[in-house]
Amino acid sequence: MKVGVVVFPGSNCDRDMYHVLTDVFNLDAQYYWHEKSLPKNIDAVILPGGFSYGDRLRAGVIAAHSPIIKDIQKMAEKGIPILGVCNGFQILVESGLLPGVLLKNESLNFMCEWTNLIVENNKTPFTNQFKLHDRIPIPIANGEGRYYVDDDTLKQLKKKNQIVFRYSQVVNGSSNRIAGVCNQAGNVVGMMPHPERAVESEINPVDNKPSSLIFESLMVKMGVVN
Amino acid sequence: MSLEPQELIELKSKIGRDPTSTELQIIAAEWSEHCSYKSSKKHLKMLPMKGPLVIQEKGYDSGVLDVGDGYVITAHIESHNHPSAVEPYGGAATGVGGVIRDILSAGTRPIGILNGLRFGNIEKDQQARWLFKNAVTGIADYGNCLGIPTIGGEVEFDDCYQNYALVDVAAVGFGKKENLIKNHAKKGDLVVLLGGSTGRDGMGGSQFASDSLESENRSAVQIPDPFIEKLIIEAILEARNHKLINAMKDLGGGGLSCAVSEIADTLEVGIEMDVDMVHTRESNMHPDEIMISESQERMLIITSKTKLKKLQEICKKFRIACSVIGHIKSDNQMHVKKGKKTFANLPIDVVANATLLDLPSKKPVYLKTIEKEKKLKPISDYSKIMMSLLGAPNIASKIWVYGQYDHEVGIRTVIKPGHDASVLRLDNGKFLSIKIDGNPKQCYINPREGAIGCFEEACRNVVCTGAKPIGMLDHLQFGNPKDPEIFWTFLESLKGLTDFANYFTIPCIGGKVSLYNETPSGPIKPTPLIGVLGLIDKTPLVPQKITKDDCLVIVGNTKDEMGGSEYFEYVHKFIGGKCPSVNFAESKKNMKTVLKVIQSQFLKSVHDCSKGGLAVAISELCMKNQIGCKISLENVPGEKLDIDRILFSESHSRYLLILDKKNLKKLEIILKKNKVSFNLIGKFTGDKIQFTKGTKSIIDLRVDMAQKTWINSLKDLVLHG
Repeated sequence: MKVGVVVFPGSNCDRDMYHVLTDVFNLDAQYYWHEKSLPKNIDAVILPGGFSYGDRLRAGVIAAHSPIIKDIQKMAEKGIPILGVCNGFQILVESGLLPGVLLKNESLNFMCEWTNLIVENNKTPFTNQFKLHDRIPIPIANGEGRYYVDDDTLKQLKKKNQIVFRYSQVVNGSSNRIAGVCNQAGNVVGMMPHPERAVESEINPVDNKPSSLIFESLMVKMGVVN
Repeated sequence: MSLEPQELIELKSKIGRDPTSTELQIIAAEWSEHCSYKSSKKHLKMLPMKGPLVIQEKGYDSGVLDVGDGYVITAHIESHNHPSAVEPYGGAATGVGGVIRDILSAGTRPIGILNGLRFGNIEKDQQARWLFKNAVTGIADYGNCLGIPTIGGEVEFDDCYQNYALVDVAAVGFGKKENLIKNHAKKGDLVVLLGGSTGRDGMGGSQFASDSLESENRSAVQIPDPFIEKLIIEAILEARNHKLINAMKDLGGGGLSCAVSEIADTLEVGIEMDVDMVHTRESNMHPDEIMISESQERMLIITSKTKLKKLQEICKKFRIACSVIGHIKSDNQMHVKKGKKTFANLPIDVVANATLLDLPSKKPVYLKTIEKEKKLKPISDYSKIMMSLLGAPNIASKIWVYGQYDHEVGIRTVIKPGHDASVLRLDNGKFLSIKIDGNPKQCYINPREGAIGCFEEACRNVVCTGAKPIGMLDHLQFGNPKDPEIFWTFLESLKGLTDFANYFTIPCIGGKVSLYNETPSGPIKPTPLIGVLGLIDKTPLVPQKITKDDCLVIVGNTKDEMGGSEYFEYVHKFIGGKCPSVNFAESKKNMKTVLKVIQSQFLKSVHDCSKGGLAVAISELCMKNQIGCKISLENVPGEKLDIDRILFSESHSRYLLILDKKNLKKLEIILKKNKVSFNLIGKFTGDKIQFTKGTKSIIDLRVDMAQKTWINSLKDLVLHG
């Protein structure tokens, strides 16, 4: 199974994600620079966190115009699993692949802390190994992580089962405590917290198993494990 | 310009003519205290710098330690005090940028940042609050964007920093030994300037930093751009992988003047350069301005002609500018031209080697009486005093600070900020533990013992994680060195550090001296800051959750050493008394024994006893673990002392060991065998912090109330005053 890790100028979690994919889950991962195109035979794409273009203008907005986004859009249409983490989520939102926007945190500060997620949709390629309402201890690290949608869109998201993760408590003021969403088809998922920082017990002070299920879900979906 | 009259005479006699204006600017920058260390260099040599793990390469701005299996750690410390006092956001941010480039210069990837921040009294002084808030945001915005975790540090407030700021940044890097840049150059090699464009910001910054801060010289403050710095890091590491870098140096204080002269001096070559080739952000910059601009995010690289094309390709990929500004010559001259016209042509050894000074020193008069204690107001309610200390800015939790720093990125952070020392995992299965410590209150009372205390405290913190100290970084910050009394405090601190380093065979692998730290109301207190790096071969001691009936054992004696303590200064507003001193033999024995116990792997956690003394250290354990304790003060080892001394003395060499009751016997055997002073002083239970002496209750506090004050007070102060 081939996983592409997309690298934009200013991405800074690309190496962490690559380490987790290759060293922890033994997957065949490959970096793709934002000006390159994605090969046809790729099985999944991950947009890692960071500060693409230094968060100039608005987090993710410049990277959303990178050449590689066209390929990602095509893959999204084909139903290939795509995951955006943190800045990757912001880029997916800015490129129109996911609904909503990400605003400055209510505290107006960058926030780095451990939170708890609740799984609200266990049908996506990244959550199929969870039970509904499972808890995931996981860290956030962002300045513009407050997910916002208007009331009508929120209703739509609920109706179409597009809310994937919610925080167990109010963290940054996001609408409906949303931490991650998917597109209508469910194959494109974006989340603010960092699963790649939580899958190894050595650096996870709580429990590394729940976060690991995010990657194991993808492996099950792709038939790497059953 | 800060060139002294006699220095001008000396320059003229060395070059046999009048210098040009560009030459004067170059010399003023390079001979400034900041770049030349002219006041301190002679004395700094006393520090031991060699050791079995130390790798010494020419031209490095960072220290290198061999951590085995073909890997190295690099480390460096810098300050950005003057700029941060004027413009805290930009000053602090560019402070991070500068030290990161020092790590990069060795060819290693930066993997961690620590910072030591010091400001005036934030309870009273609104400006101190403003400086603090913006310095923290500056560091956060810069480090977070780079994707380098800010893993630890310390924050302290003291009246002596009124209208001023100390912003110290330490950084560590990691890489393969084979990838270290072996600085070398030969005739005809190209001198390439890579990264951000040169502008009129940070003009004469090194001279600005080498003088007392009298005016708000904003043009001397540099402008940060972390995005460019991130691109430079990736571009340079890619160029390193392709072996395109023969030699490298970052541009910091003194800008091009210093980088060009110092790299040429190290490599024993000459450099001819053309200022017209430098990419600038403003037009019509004069050669003088180009040579002394301290615009950030720039690196100087020496490469071979055959490698240039590939280097340019990499820069193009990351869209960073890269200009060939000159070439290597064999004449040992620094030749600066604009087109065909010469603006400066100086022998490198003249530029790079300012005449070193041997300044006079004299024991300060105030020290004669400082140790005398005044009669203190008796304390009627220790619980109340305890609550006020837990909310005191110097003791309160710093979560408001480190919660704004991404301390997880890089997925190495095993022990996260908020503990004694931070621990990063390395690629060879070992772990790096690191901590920085300063204590100006104690250093003011006794510059020698205070400095040693900082060193021991940093060692203690590292030991608490199970690491053996392997290297030290020192950052010596003092007032105007031309004042013999201030210079005496500098020398005393340095001698103390040297003695401790020799006794413990911990080499100094890098450091910095920052002088002329003067505020409108006088010099700062002596503020040496010590960073200690420790190595853990197998398993770090990650603090485990403390549960009911866990035992608390203290190692080390509590002594009547209250000078410079938070209790004296915050509670009694008294500066004076005898400050804690380190007994080297006892310190070594305790350190070794605690490490040995940790390696036996039955301890739940070890906590260092320092600021605020025993009472604060134990309360911290209770608050972090949300559990109460019952402590019997009569069991605390040491001479017979009054209650306030036992609670709040900041004596060194003390460790709190927490363990399951069932392991107590095992622990006692090891401690007895190693002949350290220790005792079981209590256990964890209930939901109250309770200290008793005999049958008398001394402190009785609810953990949840204490925790609320401890966690929130700093944030409340910053946000609401």
